[in-house]
Amino acid sequence: MNVLIKNGRVIDPSQDLDATLDVLIEDGAITKIDKRIKANVEVIDAEGLVVVPGLIDLHTHLREPGQEHKETIATGTRAAVAGGYTAVCAMANTVPPNDERAVTEMIIAESARNGSCRVYPIGAVSKGLKGEALAELADLRAAGCVAVSDDGKPVYNAQLMRRALEYCNMLGMPVIAHEEDANLNEGGVMHEGFYSTLLGMGGIPAASEETMVARDVILARVTGAHLHIAHLSTAGAVDAVRNARAAGVRVTCEVTPHHIALSDEAVQSFSTNLKMNPPLRSPEHREAIVAGIADGTVDAIATDHAPHHFDEKNVEFDLAPFGVIGLETAFSVCHERLVRKKVIGLSRLIELMSSGPARIFRLPGGTLAAGAPGDVALLDLDATLTVAAPFQSKAANSPFIGEKLRGRAVTTIVGGVVKYSRKKR
Amino acid sequence: MRAETSSLRSKDLLGIEHLVPDEITLILDTAEGFKEVSERPVKKVPALRGQLVINLFMEASTRTRVSFEIAEKRLSADTLNFAASGSAVEKGETLIDTAENLMAMAPDMIVIRHKHPGAPKMLAERLPASIINAGDGAHEHPTQALLDAFTIRERLGRLAGVKVSIVGDIAHSRVVRSNIHLLTKMGAKVTLAAPPSLMPVEVERMGVRVVSSLDAAIDDADVIMMLRIQLERQGKLSFPSLREYYNTFGLTPDRLRRAKEGVIVMHPGPMNRGVEIASDVADGPWSVILNQVTNGVAVRMAVLYLLGGAHGEA
Repeated sequence: MNVLIKNGRVIDPSQDLDATLDVLIEDGAITKIDKRIKANVEVIDAEGLVVVPGLIDLHTHLREPGQEHKETIATGTRAAVAGGYTAVCAMANTVPPNDERAVTEMIIAESARNGSCRVYPIGAVSKGLKGEALAELADLRAAGCVAVSDDGKPVYNAQLMRRALEYCNMLGMPVIAHEEDANLNEGGVMHEGFYSTLLGMGGIPAASEETMVARDVILARVTGAHLHIAHLSTAGAVDAVRNARAAGVRVTCEVTPHHIALSDEAVQSFSTNLKMNPPLRSPEHREAIVAGIADGTVDAIATDHAPHHFDEKNVEFDLAPFGVIGLETAFSVCHERLVRKKVIGLSRLIELMSSGPARIFRLPGGTLAAGAPGDVALLDLDATLTVAAPFQSKAANSPFIGEKLRGRAVTTIVGGVVKYSRKKR
Repeated sequence: MRAETSSLRSKDLLGIEHLVPDEITLILDTAEGFKEVSERPVKKVPALRGQLVINLFMEASTRTRVSFEIAEKRLSADTLNFAASGSAVEKGETLIDTAENLMAMAPDMIVIRHKHPGAPKMLAERLPASIINAGDGAHEHPTQALLDAFTIRERLGRLAGVKVSIVGDIAHSRVVRSNIHLLTKMGAKVTLAAPPSLMPVEVERMGVRVVSSLDAAIDDADVIMMLRIQLERQGKLSFPSLREYYNTFGLTPDRLRRAKEGVIVMHPGPMNRGVEIASDVADGPWSVILNQVTNGVAVRMAVLYLLGGAHGEA
């Protein structure tokens, strides 16, 4: 629980810090950050490495309870720490869904038993994720949920969404919206655009996301509540958030590494590891979300880590489930595509992956300030990650297999305990 | 027009998109020779003797399956027909398992029809056999486009510069995608016409002109290709009724009056008479619909021969 990280380049956007410093963790919490700290504890030499507050994922599907053939809390959190994450928010669409206290408590207990990082459960908005009646939101909050979402599908009933926003405003937690009007999709499996036309596949139009974002932004304005939009993927959605924010609406949003790095053209391979929802969009949309990252509209990068079993993905594209894994590659992908390509600086990336998520969901961590949890990631910006199976995750449905990415997590410390350390070859 | 090449680059025919014009010409030229075989008293050559071709039809088909089977028999191949109904597919076997089990019986070629785009490519990437796409969802149907091109070339003497209008359910048609690839590669000019609700987005980027009236498609066309309207789509969100469709986009002798002299009318079948095409047109002097069917056998013989015939003699 005690460790001294020496000689690293410490980047902490929460304190606007970028300097060579030592970080002391005692009894699981950060106690001191200074030059040349002396302490009689285990020392980690971070010379040549970047020391940052542990990454926090706002959008992880751990699949437990109920779909342990895809992932478990144990394997999902092992994947998380291998990617530099010290905390993940676990989505509610498990089996049964996290729509009542017992499930929340089970997730928290199993995470304490077998998890490698912190797990913050996200509760369901509606009972059974059915979109009909509110789940017991105050009970979920009391049990430890940090937000609620029917992620995987939208809340179609506008009145239910409005009531959820009002109620969660009282509880001090955001409602996370999966924005999609599937009536516009007609069997859609990829972005509706030139490539869906070329490949003869059903399209998911940008309008499917944008119409629902427009509605929910209005509901957030009406209620004054905090709306968080999951996996934003279109130019129109970025515009809607930018405009709403400027008008004082409490709306935040996240984007995923795969929407930052990839576009729909890639689906020509018919690889089912490129099938997710929202789908890979056309380059204009991809550029618009990158612009949203650069200008501050985007608050967080979240993985939407969605593991599926090999057998489930080893089928025709139309039949494969939506979703890709992302925890182990997220930092490397974003470092490669955003920092090395000079869209943003490293400090801004850490803000998007750690301080920002902590701030908008009011989570502990996301900072190296004294008193904060001893959650730290050590990054080697020169090391290469060659993406290949096997992963720490139980699943292997990564869209980045075969890529060589510069920059990766090498050591991950949760509460002062080293939970991941890359073996040197 | 003779092809410069004497073989196809790929072991498979998954679509027209990745063929080069010379390969298309090669297939059409080769088909000319095979058409002559079909007119002999003994309609058989030993080109594929000793080769096993499996016809894996995971979606209903009569014309295409029969056409492939005749083509295979005329080339002396051993053939085996496999349909999804009554097979292990109904017991939940995956496509890959089905294909790997068939592969264990060492076929030289597999002809596959499947309702999902990309299924032939899945097999081609995993199996050593040559895979021929006989239609995958709304993606491609390469032998249909080849037989259409063969028919146009036979009738009009060329493909370059020919004006082809394709009318109907563009959004859900594999025939139209393969035809657009083929015709644009060969220098033909393609116009698409349909209610906008049946027109896929950004299709212009495939190098075609889009119009939304039948008259605009008929004017100036050398070839009018009508596509089947899938009856189950009526009254839903694509268009209001068959009656209204026929009144706006149905090809009738009256509508054809504005067409150029010598225009030919094509249809990939199966036709819905009185929906997209009037019987007087389908059976009239403009129609080359049954020629298309005849030419289908010759074109499929050419494809089978070029992909598998390297070991045999024509």
